[in-house]
Amino acid sequence: MKKTFRVEDVDCPNCAAKLEKAIADIDGVKRASISFIAGKMIIEADEADMNGIIAKIPSVAKKALPECTVII
Amino acid sequence: MSKKQKKLLYRIIISLVLFIGAFILGKCADINGYIMIVIYLVPYFIAGYDVLTGCFKNILKGNFFDEQFLMSVATVGALIIGEYPESVFVMVFYQTGELFQSIAVGKSRKSISALMELCPDEAVVLRNGEEETVFSEEVEIGETVIVRPGEKIPVDGRITEGESSLDMKALTGESVPFDVYKGLEVKAGSINLTGIIKVEASKEFSDSTAAKILELVENSTLNKAKTEKFLTRFSRYYTPAVVIGAVLLAVIPSIITGDWKTWVYRALIFLVVSCPCALVISVPMSFFGGIGAASKKGILVKGANYLEALGKAGVFVFDKTGTLTTGEFSVSEILPEKGVSSDELLYLAASAEYYSVHPIAKGILKAAAEIRIPDSVTEFSGFGVKAEIEGKTVLAGNRRFLEKNNVSVPGKIPDGTGVYVSADGKYAGFIRLSDTAKENAAEALHELAELGVKKSIMLTGDNEYQARDTAEKLGITQYEAGLLPDEKAEYVKKLCAGKNKGETVVFVGDGINDAPVLSLSDTGIAMGGVGSDAAIEAADVVIMDDNIGKCALAVKIAKKTRRIVLQNVIFALGIKFAVLIFAGLGMTNMWIGVFADVGVAVLAILNAMRAMRIK
Repeated sequence: MKKTFRVEDVDCPNCAAKLEKAIADIDGVKRASISFIAGKMIIEADEADMNGIIAKIPSVAKKALPECTVII
Repeated sequence: MSKKQKKLLYRIIISLVLFIGAFILGKCADINGYIMIVIYLVPYFIAGYDVLTGCFKNILKGNFFDEQFLMSVATVGALIIGEYPESVFVMVFYQTGELFQSIAVGKSRKSISALMELCPDEAVVLRNGEEETVFSEEVEIGETVIVRPGEKIPVDGRITEGESSLDMKALTGESVPFDVYKGLEVKAGSINLTGIIKVEASKEFSDSTAAKILELVENSTLNKAKTEKFLTRFSRYYTPAVVIGAVLLAVIPSIITGDWKTWVYRALIFLVVSCPCALVISVPMSFFGGIGAASKKGILVKGANYLEALGKAGVFVFDKTGTLTTGEFSVSEILPEKGVSSDELLYLAASAEYYSVHPIAKGILKAAAEIRIPDSVTEFSGFGVKAEIEGKTVLAGNRRFLEKNNVSVPGKIPDGTGVYVSADGKYAGFIRLSDTAKENAAEALHELAELGVKKSIMLTGDNEYQARDTAEKLGITQYEAGLLPDEKAEYVKKLCAGKNKGETVVFVGDGINDAPVLSLSDTGIAMGGVGSDAAIEAADVVIMDDNIGKCALAVKIAKKTRRIVLQNVIFALGIKFAVLIFAGLGMTNMWIGVFADVGVAVLAILNAMRAMRIK
């Protein structure tokens, strides 16, 4: 399944790429894509893994890109 | 501007003023060197304190090679070797670039919401006989909303009272008003022009076509173009490579010549141009602009990757019925038997087919000047109809139908779609019908060819005669007739496998029964997307109305966007490499370096924003 999140304060593609890589490295994530223009992130994963992934997002995001906020 | 941007702007202005003051002071008055450093450090810290702290935090986390780190090293390095004005200038200018970038991103972000001001925030609902203003999201299925002239319809629904005309430009790009009356389905986002209407909601706001369009365009940037992915990967290597180059440049020649200051200075210029953000940012912005420009025209592109592929279209494959043709039949030839006039033949056929809803019957009825309601009709499914008209027994149907009823049909068989007619057991003639080509189909094909599309192919499930007829009318040289849906898919699959490198295969269909073909082609375009969720789901590009001319427009926008992207890539990379070379040779300075870096960013972004305005 796919889930879309709003992300704030990601203003450049390099930052987006950094966050994207960090999120994609979370166990169970099949694909993560961030558009800094739309301020959106899409995550693809099995439904069973999704809740576990969502729980990990804030800390992973904070570590990869301190200035950003992912709205869950 | 946001609060954050305003704050940065004030910091830039203050530090710039202080910097210019310090610069003039340094030139005119004889001031102690240490005092001068302090005077320069004030604007330096005002402009760059967050860069320095950000850099420090990142180092603690083991993150090197980010923008802030590079800028910090470059400016601190310049301070150490005594180039104070350069150092301050680099920092101030770098922040100016950052501010510009952030404003530009905000602007393109806003352009979707402005562009897609489809959905009104509020709706007037009738609840317990009273009008109540609520958020569009709160309107429930089955409730009645009142839409006055000048207002937007808040949810998809059906008109229960009143008549008006609607401006559906925001949905379809079509500016001609559309007349509506009681019983018709209307779409959220249409502007009510003339009369008050009551609409019974058939969908919730979030399921309405307008909300789906909005979501689709917003999410389109998540499907990244190949160019963008390539540049992201490129920048992952570019920055470390330039930094390593800078370190080598600072150390090796210095050891050989002993002249540390010159070579460290040159190395610092390397660091100034080592950030690829300008380049990387302009690419998604261009695509986003192009997607925005297309959606203004009623063409929805689901991702930058599809827009990119569309710009490389080499082969266009069209489904015939409903795409190149209207799907309506019209009489193309009347072949009456001797002794029967054309009008008489049409009169007989039209009267016999009076009750039929088949598209062929409709075509005959439209062409006939005189029609009589038949006294009795019997329909033989798959064959034709038998009708009593003014005491005559009239048969209208296919050849086998007539022959089964002992009517002898003359030997020369006109092929194609049509109706054989007999009266009182005697053959009366044949009426041929053909699919009507869309008015602008030939023109659209011509435009596509001019845009560099090498081949246009037509696929159809119709018979050979019908296909040839349409192909000839439209000037299509290659077509395949009699194909079943899975054969169409097979055909497109083969085309995709055998295509030239760097070219893409585009399929255009109505999106209803050709979903598999849409997904097999490189880019699938569905026509007439308003109202068809299936089409929006299956296609990569959705043309909201059924104007075939928009295929050419879509390709045009895609090509222009690609050109802008290419200009930016070549321009930005070219300047960066030029600065690197000149810096290595000692033919430039830090002023020019940062000017080139930020200047390139600004120009590339401005160029990217041009994509939004493609007409």
